[in-house]
Amino acid sequence: MTPIERSRVAKGLLFISPWILGFLAFALYPLLVTAYLSFTDYSVLAPPVFIGTENYRELFTDLDFRKAIFNTAFFAALSVPLTAVMACLLAVLLNFQARGRSFFRTAFFLPSLVPMVCLGVIWRWLLNGEVGLINQFLLPFAEGINLLLGTQLDTPAWLEDPGFTKIGLAITSVWGLGHAMVIFLAGLQEAPVELYEAAELDGAGFWAKLKSVTLPMLSPYILFNLIMGLIASFQVFAVPFVMMDGANEPPGGPGGSMLFAATYIYLSAFADWKMGYACAMALIFFLLVVALTITLMKLSERRVHYAAKS
Amino acid sequence: MPTHKLSLLGKVVLYILLAFFAFQFAMPFLWMLSTALKPLEETMTVPPTWIPSAFQWRNFSEAIASMGDFWRYAGNTLYVASMSVVGSVLSSALAAYGFSRIEWRGRDKVFFLCLATMMIPFPVIMVPTYALFRELDWINTFKALYIPFFLGNAFNIFLLRQFFLSIPRSITDAARIDGCGELRIFFQIILPLSKSALLVVALFTFMHSWNDFFAPFIFINDQDNYTLALGLQAFQSRAGGSEWHYLMAASTIIILPLIVLFFFTQKTFIQGITATGGK
Repeated sequence: MTPIERSRVAKGLLFISPWILGFLAFALYPLLVTAYLSFTDYSVLAPPVFIGTENYRELFTDLDFRKAIFNTAFFAALSVPLTAVMACLLAVLLNFQARGRSFFRTAFFLPSLVPMVCLGVIWRWLLNGEVGLINQFLLPFAEGINLLLGTQLDTPAWLEDPGFTKIGLAITSVWGLGHAMVIFLAGLQEAPVELYEAAELDGAGFWAKLKSVTLPMLSPYILFNLIMGLIASFQVFAVPFVMMDGANEPPGGPGGSMLFAATYIYLSAFADWKMGYACAMALIFFLLVVALTITLMKLSERRVHYAAKS
Repeated sequence: MPTHKLSLLGKVVLYILLAFFAFQFAMPFLWMLSTALKPLEETMTVPPTWIPSAFQWRNFSEAIASMGDFWRYAGNTLYVASMSVVGSVLSSALAAYGFSRIEWRGRDKVFFLCLATMMIPFPVIMVPTYALFRELDWINTFKALYIPFFLGNAFNIFLLRQFFLSIPRSITDAARIDGCGELRIFFQIILPLSKSALLVVALFTFMHSWNDFFAPFIFINDQDNYTLALGLQAFQSRAGGSEWHYLMAASTIIILPLIVLFFFTQKTFIQGITATGGK
């Protein structure tokens, strides 16, 4: 390197030095320590004791860990596509020329501002099995079907029935789709009008335009929203914790149906003080997140279309 | 610009759909407000009533009184959020400048590393971070909540870098020829030109800090140092299953400042989200 190059590197590093410190203190160091602690018995009160791969052996037979990974994957598979499709649909609706667009945009966006704890409290109330608003809405429908078909349908016990808890949680995340919607809307507005006009000249109808113009133009935004959605849903903690009243009841909810990766790591570390065990879990969880994100990026490489920048 | 013109029938369908979804999305807010204003016995009636028989405004003051030291929690939250904003704007702007306006070997590789840190979920690093803060005696202090913001944040750096890259080079080249140092260019040229982007970072950080639950939940156990999120969670676990009118009133009070803030900064806010998506 020439002296000028060297001075530039020095200047650059000087400017990013706050981030370098942050990277070392809050990313690299904790990751390495997590990896190290995963091979130890550690309660924070006493120094860690090296125990080899025992934590991992225990993990592989731990049914709760399997449940937590399953629940997290199930919730992500449910909520991420649901949120993305709804966000995309609302963005498409908002993209039509219509009066009052900004009013509707605001209406759809506002829920994403609601803090997690408030979200949990509000939905714990809405999804209440007996007097919750959702079930009071559903009740006439259930009764109507029962009357017509002679069935015994009841409204779901959203917070008590293990088969429904995660669906209820997914509904809360659809409610907060504002960010994804705004990003889709930006993507839709970037698609040049000429492309649509050209497609129309070729005789393309609504669906054909959607398939060959809108979706390809939108693909980078879809990928971005999917990745952000995945990362967020893998970390889900506050809303189920509040909805399940985690301070009084088991935070994992009925039948452990709301035991997510973050919940179980938290419980092992700060309720059982098995921090080494929690770290082993955290590490496996982290590797899964990274593997999945990279797979998603690789898979979409061929399908995502980046418009040439003008 | 919207790209589709509609027939009359299309317009009718569009408005029906928009109104339907708008109601769905507004419904939880409306129900929260309705419950917040009802007497307790009216919150659990079947079928539900939307309009309270008597508007019980004192629910709000009573919710504040029974939540614990509400004003103290509010002050704590405001303090942590403000410190986080200062730290985040300053450190992220500096780092973004280093990642955009100075060309140096290896820069883009390091920036990629910076982006990759966004993939690290908090639960993965919380045990060592807890142990570190314990060593530093930061457990139960606000430092545990805002100091990380003084050390840059990948998302905010990304956002500001995008903005700094869009500022023409010619503007800073002249200053460089005049012998201006980088730090002066940063403070006197780039920052004043980037007010809107800095506002976006400030807003996002403020909201994030106001909303955050997991980190305060782990690092703060002393009630005196509770944030609003912690206070509400503690309140709901004490009163859960019964005092829904108070819980909804408290939720309303905590959400309201965010909604007001959003209405005052709507344009900047939406532009900020748009700037982060795609590409």
